[in-house]
Amino acid sequence: MPWSRIRPDTNEPEFMSAAVDGGLQGRRISYAEATNEALSQALSLDPRVFVMGQGVDDPSGMFGATKNLHMAYGRERVFDTPLAETALSGIAVGAALGGMRPVYFHNRPDFLLLAMDQLVNHAAKWFYMFGGAANVPLVFWACVGRGWGSAAQHSQALQGLFMHVPGLKLVMPSTCFDAKGLMLAAIADKNPVLIIDHRMNFKQRGIVPEEPYTVPIGKGVIRRKGTDCTVVAVSHLVTDAFIAAQELAGEGIEAEVIDPRTLRPLDEDLILESVSRTGRLVICDTGWKTGGVTAEISAMVAEKGFQHLKAPIARVTNPDLPTPAGYTLEQAYYIGKDDIRKAIVRTVRGQ
Amino acid sequence: MSLTKDAKRGMLRTMLRIRRVQERIESEYLKDEMKTPVHLYIGQEAIATGVCATLRKDDAINSNHRSHGHYLAKGGDLKAMMAELFCRTTGCSKGYGGSMHLVDVEHGNLGTSAIVGGGIPIGTGLGLAFQMQKLDRVSVVFFGDGAADEGTLYESLNFAMLKNLPVVYVMENNGWAVCSPTATRHCGDNVFHKGAQDRLFSAKIDGNDPEAVYETTLKAVERARRGEGPSFIECTTYRILGHAGCVSQDPKGYRDPAEIESWRERCPVCAYQSKLQAEGVVNASFLADVEAEIAAEIDVAFDFARQSPLPTAADLHKYLFCE
Ligand SMILES: Cc1ncc(C[n+]2csc(CCOP(=O)(O)OP(=O)(O)O)c2C)c(N)n1
Ligand SMILES: [Mg+2]
Repeated sequence: MPWSRIRPDTNEPEFMSAAVDGGLQGRRISYAEATNEALSQALSLDPRVFVMGQGVDDPSGMFGATKNLHMAYGRERVFDTPLAETALSGIAVGAALGGMRPVYFHNRPDFLLLAMDQLVNHAAKWFYMFGGAANVPLVFWACVGRGWGSAAQHSQALQGLFMHVPGLKLVMPSTCFDAKGLMLAAIADKNPVLIIDHRMNFKQRGIVPEEPYTVPIGKGVIRRKGTDCTVVAVSHLVTDAFIAAQELAGEGIEAEVIDPRTLRPLDEDLILESVSRTGRLVICDTGWKTGGVTAEISAMVAEKGFQHLKAPIARVTNPDLPTPAGYTLEQAYYIGKDDIRKAIVRTVRGQ
Repeated sequence: MSLTKDAKRGMLRTMLRIRRVQERIESEYLKDEMKTPVHLYIGQEAIATGVCATLRKDDAINSNHRSHGHYLAKGGDLKAMMAELFCRTTGCSKGYGGSMHLVDVEHGNLGTSAIVGGGIPIGTGLGLAFQMQKLDRVSVVFFGDGAADEGTLYESLNFAMLKNLPVVYVMENNGWAVCSPTATRHCGDNVFHKGAQDRLFSAKIDGNDPEAVYETTLKAVERARRGEGPSFIECTTYRILGHAGCVSQDPKGYRDPAEIESWRERCPVCAYQSKLQAEGVVNASFLADVEAEIAAEIDVAFDFARQSPLPTAADLHKYLFCE
């Protein structure tokens, strides 16, 4: 699929969080390289870590994320699997219980639905169900597809489903820096962590330090400061929200952009503190609206920050429909910068 | 029942039609007008052709992401298929599905899933429905060696054997799942060649020989129609082109060019054409006519697709629920 023609590689915007990220010196590398470097460092630092998944040793190496790792670390630790997501997810759970640190690449969240039983009924329950007797330190990774007729079974952003599940940590990075730091944090975590990435993120290039580092799971970050409206956005929509906010600055609206980075546990304090200053909230997600990420964040703010709200909460999501294949339908389906912009204006100006 | 000359000519025609359609898609794909991932069937034509030649119009088929050949062999309309690849409202799925989601209810193709292994239980369920309604219809499920890695195959076959369902499982072992060879994913022969003989008719055949495919499938289909239960047919074949897209988009280095070459030499379409020529079943003028008809049909289908309207934003919310 000619992804390169869907969106060219672009440098990440200059988020104010660059300074928050420790002001670490780094090089500008691609999102895939950042993820790959995290895996490579984890494999070299911890002999328990291994990487599995369909096509992790392909020439394309999972959009570049796992490219050539099998050459450096051998096929025992970086291996291709049969197309058997249900059993192999359970096998990853077993390996984690047996003392290993599996990182299972699932290509697309759509295929995670075959892994749902092991992920939800088993991995997420194990520590609690046995009173803390045994834990499951594993990482599952999947990358949301988009465009070129990916259609209903190859483009689902299913974070809403997974956010619902106690016992599972859910991470959605949006920058190259976080892709590396959150991957290393997820691998170090003692619990099952699901990382949902996005093909649009893989078109980014950003500043990433060479040395290993972690980004804390459960901590969001402010990407842009503002006083009039809080915009919470996830995954590649962080960039869209940021650009929308920059544009609106010229029109007298200062929007604050928050990237939660982790959806579960959610950095509630960061969002609530921001809303307490701005009094307004727009939430943007790559998934559906009903019963999803935006619904949960709205409910949380309505419960805990109602007194600060000066306007109804606005949500920007794809319509509650399966993804259509045709490109004219895709154009109508997907939301982006302009939708976020409109929602901010409506929320701030009440029109 | 041995194949009549007409039946043989028909099979060759079907194979040529599938091949030429695939070639045309391949050669036009880089124009970026077909904005949908395509999985081409070149090298596997004998399987869809031989299998579907044994079926009635009201028998069902269920296939996978690589479905152009199955759709066409079962009687699917080329214009509707091409319009779907061009994402037009006149496409078989009206532009909502794309290349991986073809449908043709009239010919028993109730929709194609691109989740590997996803169609296997659905095809099994069609068999259950036919049995419960006491119909003598048969359900055929096409799937790859990759889908044979999935649990759904084992669960479905067990159920089909348990209930004696009229289902024929056709595994197209083309050597690869994306860039992973079958041998690195399967531990020897599929288990269904080994056990349960009394419950399952099982065979492993040359999937590049349309007559072998026809004859074996015919046995399976007749058994199923008589209420004697399911079959499992593994067809050995080869995916000549890349997993998806056109040739230049296939990553290099994951398979030996000599392997591809050796299978190109076993091209099922060329081999069958030579065989029928040697048998005197077809001659040069027949072949020229068939090629001309097919080329004309393809031109018409591409024109039809290009000239058909695109769906618009106003169509987005259609079809969420059936009223
Ligand atoms: C459940 C699931 N896992 C993974 C994929 C990605 N995928 C699409 S086609 C394919 C290979 C399928 O191989 P096979 O069944 O042998 O069919 P072939 O492509 O060879 O015709 C894979 C891994 C998918 N679509 N669904
Ligand atoms: Mg295959």
